[in-house]
Amino acid sequence: MYRSHVLVCGGTGCTSSGSGRIVEALEKEIAAAGLSEEVKVVKTGCFGLCALGPIMIVYPEGAFYSMVKEKDIPEIVSEHLLKGRIVKRLLYSETVKEDEVQSLSQTQFYSKQLRVALRNCGVIDPENINEYIAYDGYQALGKVLTEMTPQQVIDTIKASGLRGRGGAGFPTGTKWSFAAASVADQKYVCCNADEGDPGAFMDRSVLEGDPHVVIEAMAIAGYAIGATQGYVYIRAEYPIAVKRLSIAIEQAREMGMLGKNIFGSGFDFNLEIRLGAGAFVCGEETALMTSIEGHRGEPRPRPPFPAVKGLFGKPTVLNNVETYANVPRIILKGADWFASMGTEKSKGTKVFALGGKIHNTGLVEIPMGTTLREIVEEIGGGIPNGKKFKAAQTGGPSGGCIPASLIDTPIDYDNLIAIGSMMGSGGLIVMDEDTCMVDIAKFFLEFTVDESCGKCTPCRVGTKRLYEILDKISKGKGEMEDLDRLVELANYIKSNSLCGLGQTAPNPVLSTLRYFKDEYIAHIKDKTCPAGVCKELLTYSIDPEKCKGCTLCARVCPADAISGTVKNPHKIDRNKCLKCGACMEKCRFGAIVKN
Amino acid sequence: MKSLEELKALRDKMAANMGIREDDSDNIRIVVGMATCGIAAGARPVLHALTEEVAKRGLKNVTVAQTGCIGICQYEPVVEVFCPGKEKITYVKMTPEKAVRIVNDHIVNGNPVNEYTIGSTVK
Ligand SMILES: Cc1cc2nc3c(=O)[nH]c(=O)nc-3n(C[C@H](O)[C@H](O)[C@H](O)COP(=O)(O)O)c2cc1C
Ligand code: SF4
Ligand code: SF4
Repeated sequence: MYRSHVLVCGGTGCTSSGSGRIVEALEKEIAAAGLSEEVKVVKTGCFGLCALGPIMIVYPEGAFYSMVKEKDIPEIVSEHLLKGRIVKRLLYSETVKEDEVQSLSQTQFYSKQLRVALRNCGVIDPENINEYIAYDGYQALGKVLTEMTPQQVIDTIKASGLRGRGGAGFPTGTKWSFAAASVADQKYVCCNADEGDPGAFMDRSVLEGDPHVVIEAMAIAGYAIGATQGYVYIRAEYPIAVKRLSIAIEQAREMGMLGKNIFGSGFDFNLEIRLGAGAFVCGEETALMTSIEGHRGEPRPRPPFPAVKGLFGKPTVLNNVETYANVPRIILKGADWFASMGTEKSKGTKVFALGGKIHNTGLVEIPMGTTLREIVEEIGGGIPNGKKFKAAQTGGPSGGCIPASLIDTPIDYDNLIAIGSMMGSGGLIVMDEDTCMVDIAKFFLEFTVDESCGKCTPCRVGTKRLYEILDKISKGKGEMEDLDRLVELANYIKSNSLCGLGQTAPNPVLSTLRYFKDEYIAHIKDKTCPAGVCKELLTYSIDPEKCKGCTLCARVCPADAISGTVKNPHKIDRNKCLKCGACMEKCRFGAIVKN
Repeated sequence: MKSLEELKALRDKMAANMGIREDDSDNIRIVVGMATCGIAAGARPVLHALTEEVAKRGLKNVTVAQTGCIGICQYEPVVEVFCPGKEKITYVKMTPEKAVRIVNDHIVNGNPVNEYTIGSTVK
């Protein structure tokens, strides 16, 4: 038995900041100190506080060390693990109160969170099935197979109110009941781990931190609809997640959680991984199935819906990773337990990847109905450098922005739709006053233009035209009629595209137009970018009152646009200026202004 | 894995090793003084014996931890037992054998071993 467990985050974020080397150094030092029999080192999935990585927790004290470096390891081993003296200087400052170590759950970042889908992430060793089992793993599958009928399983999921976490929020139990009702010799269960939204990493984190939960849930879904084969479609850019999931599938097979006659119930279920090449459109359900079949990932018209005719033409259930991660808990703790969390029509929790202009970037799980203000100001720790909150983008390229005036909106599926955004898969990007909303809309449109599969014209050509109009406006060449053109074209694309990609692509344009129309108008009429982002509209000039004539700026200017003599005010030639901002960075007297 | 019972048994066995990771203030905490003085006086074998015994009995909600110098170096190795809602009990001049008895009598049966406590040793 180990008297101490050291948990080191092995998620993608912390791995890239060096947690692999930290684990090696730890194991070496621990062995050197003769503690190998007493202290166990566990590489876990994501803890959520990626901004502070690499992260480490030492139990039983629950000491939470952040930004650990390799050179800190000898001290942690000799002081903490050997002598029991916590290394205070490495503790996450929020966990130190009046010289006492506080539990992580009391910190601002974690106290408002509620971990259901991420329950085991950062807690267990994802490569060890026994640790999953220790936390009730596979109990739900056992219960379903030995004590429940498929219909009872579907009824439980229905009653829990669980809705799909992959974007659209379709009720999961209803989806299962459609597939269960389809009669066929073969049916399939698929998992969507394509996660194509820029900046999103919720699903990756679940697979990296708790891969067995997805396996267990897919087997449960298989039993519920009568499928014996499952596929996880995961992008090849997620090597750590792919590796851990493969290990988990292997272990589950060895232990008889996958394979033939599971729990002696006569139910067979097998699972395979299919790698995607990272096209956004392959996250769309029909394109995903086409891709698994070995064809080019292009959407096809619906109906027929996958529940009737899906993978290989057979009835298929496709759910998102996070949707599955909720299922075993619902089976074990009951539909009422799940339905007690969240809002009237959105039950349970939602995981968000918090990014952009915010202190605590990372992974958070909150009950549905939490307000954006709580996420930004409390969990996220506010906006750096004393800047003001301007808006948040949810739903990535399919979603929209939530302006500061709506920061008290409780977040759930229906509220987000009502204000012109959507839940999406859970990317949440915070923007401060230095963000230009025309530029943001342009950024997302550029993404969809790139990712449009080209099968249908409204999306292929329409998004390109939308992008061109935005580009024109951002360069000060727009006219007021362009605003009407944007809206007309956007609505046309929405109603005429074949798949969700095209149908939602105009959302970033429409929602920024809805809440920040004055910014568009400033670009068009005044030829200025109020946030100071759009290059073509910026002018750099020197305030003669403040300029001391130090000549520094003239020397860094790559275009020789600055002239003047020593100790006399300098001047910028607008025709030569490239708007690179190099001079502004150099001036020590704040004499250079941009507007 | 043939049945749910088998899985439950495996879970219970595995869970005993995981209780340590819960931020649970209901846990009984056994703390061993492990500063230089404690280690010199033989605290490490005591710590070992404690963890082994806790593991052997599959006790949940018990954590074994170390701490720095408790300040009574002449009585090392020192072990403190914190039960939720009760006074701390301090055992002194510990040995691995005494440690086993503390787990059995005090932790499992709830009877502190008075003869090992600091009170009776000082007298
Ligand atoms: C362009 C496009 C991309 C999508 N990408 C994803 C994705 O990366 N992950 C995902 O789970 N769902 C994605 N979806 C939604 C899926 O089509 C599907 O609705 C979802 O996987 C169903 O699972 P759920 O009911 O559990 O949410 C995407 C949809 C569209 C139109
Ligand atoms: S809407 Fe766009 S992505 Fe979808 S099928 Fe049409 S062209 Fe392809
Ligand atoms: S760096 Fe500033 S102070 Fe110096 S010459 Fe340029 S504007 Fe004037």
